[in-house]
Amino acid sequence: MKTIVCIKYVPDTSEAEVKVNPDGITVDSSRFSFDINDADNYAVEESVLIKEAKGGEITVVSIGPKKSDVMIRMAMAKGCDKAVRIEDDRIAGHDPLMVAKVLAGAAKGEEFDLVLTGCMASDDGHMSTGVALAEELGVNHASMVKKIEVLDGGKIKVSRELEGGLMEVVELELPAVITIQTGINEPRYAPIRGIREAQKKELKVVKLDDLGVDPASVGPDASQIILEALYIPEVESSAEFIAGDPNEKAEKLASILVKGGLI
Amino acid sequence: MGNVLVLAEHRQGVLRDISFEMLAVAPKLAADMGGEAMVLLIGSSMDDMAKKAAGYGVKVMVVDDPLFKDFNADKYQKVLSALIDDLKPAVVITGHTAQGVDFMPALAVEKKLPLIAEVIGLEYAGGTLKATRQLYSGKVNATLAFKPADTYLVTFREGAVEAPAPSSAGTVEKLDSPLKEDLPYRKFVEYIESEVGDVDITQSNILVAIGRGLKEDKNLPLIEELAKAIKADIAGSRAAIDAGWIPHDRQVGTSGKSVKPKLYIAMGISGAFQHIAGIKGAKTVVAINKDPDAPIFAVADYAIVDDMFKIIPKLTEKLKELKG
Ligand SMILES: Cc1cc2nc3c(=O)[nH]c(=O)nc-3n(C[C@H](O)[C@H](O)[C@H](O)COP(=O)(O)OP(=O)(O)OC[C@H]3O[C@@H](n4cnc5c(N)ncnc54)[C@H](O)[C@@H]3O)c2cc1C
Ligand SMILES: Nc1ncnc2c1ncn2[C@@H]1O[C@H](COP(=O)(O)O)[C@@H](O)[C@H]1O
Repeated sequence: MKTIVCIKYVPDTSEAEVKVNPDGITVDSSRFSFDINDADNYAVEESVLIKEAKGGEITVVSIGPKKSDVMIRMAMAKGCDKAVRIEDDRIAGHDPLMVAKVLAGAAKGEEFDLVLTGCMASDDGHMSTGVALAEELGVNHASMVKKIEVLDGGKIKVSRELEGGLMEVVELELPAVITIQTGINEPRYAPIRGIREAQKKELKVVKLDDLGVDPASVGPDASQIILEALYIPEVESSAEFIAGDPNEKAEKLASILVKGGLI
Repeated sequence: MGNVLVLAEHRQGVLRDISFEMLAVAPKLAADMGGEAMVLLIGSSMDDMAKKAAGYGVKVMVVDDPLFKDFNADKYQKVLSALIDDLKPAVVITGHTAQGVDFMPALAVEKKLPLIAEVIGLEYAGGTLKATRQLYSGKVNATLAFKPADTYLVTFREGAVEAPAPSSAGTVEKLDSPLKEDLPYRKFVEYIESEVGDVDITQSNILVAIGRGLKEDKNLPLIEELAKAIKADIAGSRAAIDAGWIPHDRQVGTSGKSVKPKLYIAMGISGAFQHIAGIKGAKTVVAINKDPDAPIFAVADYAIVDDMFKIIPKLTEKLKELKG
């Protein structure tokens, strides 16, 4: 099985204050720590599990800056074989349809049976890239997948996660693009030996032209949407914020809960 | 004409809430664009659902054929692709759901039409359609404008707006199915219902909920002690379930369960909309989070901005004392 896994380097903003830059359309990411997108981490693990079971080769594809090489090497340390990183500032990154075209350009340069993406990127969260990529490549797809079974005869059976925890099981023929939902497996830690070996694996850094993708077809002019503004939403919290040192806060909360008859 | 076509969503014979929520947005948008809101239903044996949808005062169009018995992204894409050619709607809106996200991006690529996903607001002014959506799990809002196109594609977030009340009776029209034979690409096999565990959190009176902020499972006893002291059940965010700290059936949110406890204590949970959607029925929400900007505070009644590990031991102790 030849697999391509698309991974994105994203900022961890769960505990950080996010500020919009003066340009009004980007955020100040200078103080964020970056890592592999959560769902993509599961996609990497799934690709390695499939390789371990069925053999084959895994190619990592990522559009991102030089500093994301650490993430790519980590995926290689876990078992991915080679990588293509696309670094090009002519891509309209705010439009997942443009991103999908670029990823398709990279995928077309490889042989593949299966393409795995995350179902959602935690930064801009379109949940669109994988399904758009399938259409660009003209292959089958299924999104939000929490189980993959490789069947005989070039088919796979996948469980799609629907709302309320309901699963929809479908069968499709390869080649296919599958978007991976978190929780599908338990991502491993990279073994020390793998980390050493990863340094020797092939990591190609390319531009759009190298992929045969016309920059004009994936740039801001080609995109049919314009990012006009980013802003911090006003949070209308009606919460009572409990003040004090930690002990005081805990005590105050306890008495609110008890006095209010909540407990 | 600026018609707005809303794809109503149904599963296992029931119209899902998102179908009605989109009707809180579509009629006004259509009026602003000089057209009308129309609902499209794709399925098999759709008479009852069509009647129900028409109760919202809109024109309902039905593609009713046994081929559409189960949802299939490829078939939905085919139908919408043909109907966009026939009906030339100005906007097509579907839910940003497991259905909508499974075919709308492909439809956009096929038809070379623009798509904006997980939209929470739409506005048409001065000839431009603009959409609001969120980035960074709700910490940043974005305004996006569509460049002029024949049809704009939108997937709308669940629970972002409230469904209107049913109004006058609309009309129902059956359309010829553009799909004449089955498509070979994807075969539906079965549905698998979510597992039932030892505790049904949808019935819990008090829930203590943990998120990624728990950091590691060796911190669980602290939570268990608090839960025990106040006779609460333990629930959690998707991150806590994915990490394997608590069982699957304890997940709260869109892909987990909707809960309605008297008291919900969220600790180390950021409050992504997929999580918050599951606690709309909670009477009182307490949130403990060290990030003052955490979106969870927007839905909290009582809030503590602090390290949960500095709060919980004392909280448990004090609760025991007051209750004891
Ligand atoms: C299709 C789909 C469906 C989904 N369905 C669900 C769902 O049903 N339910 C759900 O919950 N999520 C769901 N999600 C995931 C959701 O988008 C979020 O990723 C998830 O809710 C985040 O969980 P969290 O809040 O625990 O983690 P994070 O977002 O990482 O937040 C952790 C929080 O803990 C705080 N924290 C850290 N350390 C401490 C400390 N010591 N003391 C206090 N606070 C601390 C941080 O400030 C942060 O706010 C879904 C996602 C997708 C794509
Ligand atoms: N810059 C990128 N490089 C590689 N893969 C990406 C990139 N952006 C998005 N993807 C893939 O598309 C998935 C979904 O992204 P999105 O549609 O933005 O939610 C991610 O989980 C990745 O697998």
